[in-house]
Amino acid sequence: MSEQQLLLSQVSIEFPTDKGPFKALDNVNLEMAKGEFVSLIGHSGCGKSTVLNIVAGLYQATTGGVILDGKEVTEPGPERAVVFQNHSLLPWLTAYENVELAVKQVFKKSKSKAEMREWIKHNLELVHMEHASDKLPSEISGGMKQRVGIARALAMQPKVLLMDEPFGALDALTRAHLQDSVMEIHANLGNTVIMITHDVDEAVLLSDRIVMMTNGPAATIGQILNVNLPRPRNPVEMADNADYNHCRAEVLKFLYARHQQVEKESPSEENAEPETPVSDSTSAEIKPFKKRNRVA
Amino acid sequence: MTQATTKTLTASLLPVLPDSFETVRLMFKGMLRSLATPLLAFALFLVVWNSLAARVETSLGQMPGPAQVWSQAMVLIDEHNAERDKEAAFYTRQEERNAEKLAADPAAQVTIRPYTGKPTFVDQIFTSLITVATGFILASLIAIPVGIACGLSSTLYSALNPLIQIFKPVSPLAWLPIVTMVVSAVYVSDDPFFAKSFVTSAITVTLCCLWPTIINTTVGVATIDKDLLNVSRVLRLGWMTQVMKIVLPSSIPMMFAGLRLSLGIGWMVLIAAEMLAQNPGLGKFVWDEFQNGSSNSLGRIMVAVFVIGFLGFLLDRLMLLLQRRVSWDKTAVIR
Repeated sequence: MSEQQLLLSQVSIEFPTDKGPFKALDNVNLEMAKGEFVSLIGHSGCGKSTVLNIVAGLYQATTGGVILDGKEVTEPGPERAVVFQNHSLLPWLTAYENVELAVKQVFKKSKSKAEMREWIKHNLELVHMEHASDKLPSEISGGMKQRVGIARALAMQPKVLLMDEPFGALDALTRAHLQDSVMEIHANLGNTVIMITHDVDEAVLLSDRIVMMTNGPAATIGQILNVNLPRPRNPVEMADNADYNHCRAEVLKFLYARHQQVEKESPSEENAEPETPVSDSTSAEIKPFKKRNRVA
Repeated sequence: MTQATTKTLTASLLPVLPDSFETVRLMFKGMLRSLATPLLAFALFLVVWNSLAARVETSLGQMPGPAQVWSQAMVLIDEHNAERDKEAAFYTRQEERNAEKLAADPAAQVTIRPYTGKPTFVDQIFTSLITVATGFILASLIAIPVGIACGLSSTLYSALNPLIQIFKPVSPLAWLPIVTMVVSAVYVSDDPFFAKSFVTSAITVTLCCLWPTIINTTVGVATIDKDLLNVSRVLRLGWMTQVMKIVLPSSIPMMFAGLRLSLGIGWMVLIAAEMLAQNPGLGKFVWDEFQNGSSNSLGRIMVAVFVIGFLGFLLDRLMLLLQRRVSWDKTAVIR
């Protein structure tokens, strides 16, 4: 890949709690090239979203920092557009108006009214939503809402597109359609993308690299996997592709191995079955206490 | 013979229109139920009222039953019409006199005097409505911005919350003497546009109906979906744009809940305020009838009670209509 665009350097973050500061992330380091598509994958509660929010500028790292094109990120801004997990469209605005709000804010000085109108339409077309531009979010399906959310983010012409489990709430078929759209858009526009997911197939299919996170607290990057599959990628063909399946297996191995490694602080349960993973929620709830006791 | 034809008719129709027959039957049943139940309840209420009222003997005579109250309502309307006729007659007389004067001497000074008859029950209703509207609008103009500010800034909220909580439960009767004295001292003018009693009543209404709107607007603004605020942060929306595009639309349901509570309280407060401030509205009507103490007074007061209740209900419906107009969410159930 070409020159480095985004750098996360020694990022750690602590949240204040009643029982003292809670360290969610510890020493996260990541370099990203322009146009690269990176997925963050890890178990629930491992701090994937926290990483994304720090890049977005919605959270401030306690130590370390994020540098985009040579400038430190200190606040949120449209050059790091976010596609939120639950679309976050303003329910009182139509699809068009939702995109318009972003376009008016970002291009209020550089585009004329007619140019803005064209740009809004263009972005709705990119996500195949031009037919629903006058619909309110309550009048369209979940997948369509997420498409409009992506159009809104793309319309900001971001340097980095941040997607926080964008398809998490969608059914499998809709999800596949949207993955196709995202691949198509990424191929055409060449945006730098960070996407959070907990779907292994999604991560392998879409990404150039997969960043696998260890479990929290004090989560960090456990392993980075390069996905050297040729693009364009077709999900049906990929199912039989040996490289694809190898990548998939690597991610699964990491998730289950790492998961158990953190799960058992005592060496008693050595090899739990990978087919029966322990529920994420329990591990996320119990571990912080263990860790904190140890620190104290 | 006729019976037989009807039977065959029904029999021949039934297979053709079983669905529509069924729907009409169900519709009729639904209408009957939605209309009959409240009507029946109201009739029962009238019966109970009538029998209980007959047993209560006061110094002003027997408690009025529904019939007496109805007749008093008619009397009040007649009085209103009579007063209007008198007023019209006064103006025609005045015009005729002035015309005569001018005919005799074109340079004569003619004075046109306004009619100074006493306000009728209907006039008093309108005075009350105008007073409550003034107080309520004034309160809303203060409470909505304050509520939005409190919702946006937790510092401001913690600063103002104790004051809000302390003033919220204060009775209008406690405010009234203070408001009266302040209005007398501050609102001094030789030719006042508003009567002092009106200003006093309206301000008392304002003081009592600020609070629900402030509290509800604050809650509405403070509970905005955090993701929407994050959208605003990512877009770097200006403060004003954020308030207009995100904060206001999403807090409208809570805001209106507060406004409706406020208007309800304002309407109740108004009656008490008018009694004491002698603003010529429904409150003064009730007070005057009470002081008057004729055998018809209780009946006339009961008419006022029903009018106050009915108008309060209408005001609430009016706010609902307004909320439907303003709210973006047309599908929401509004009660």
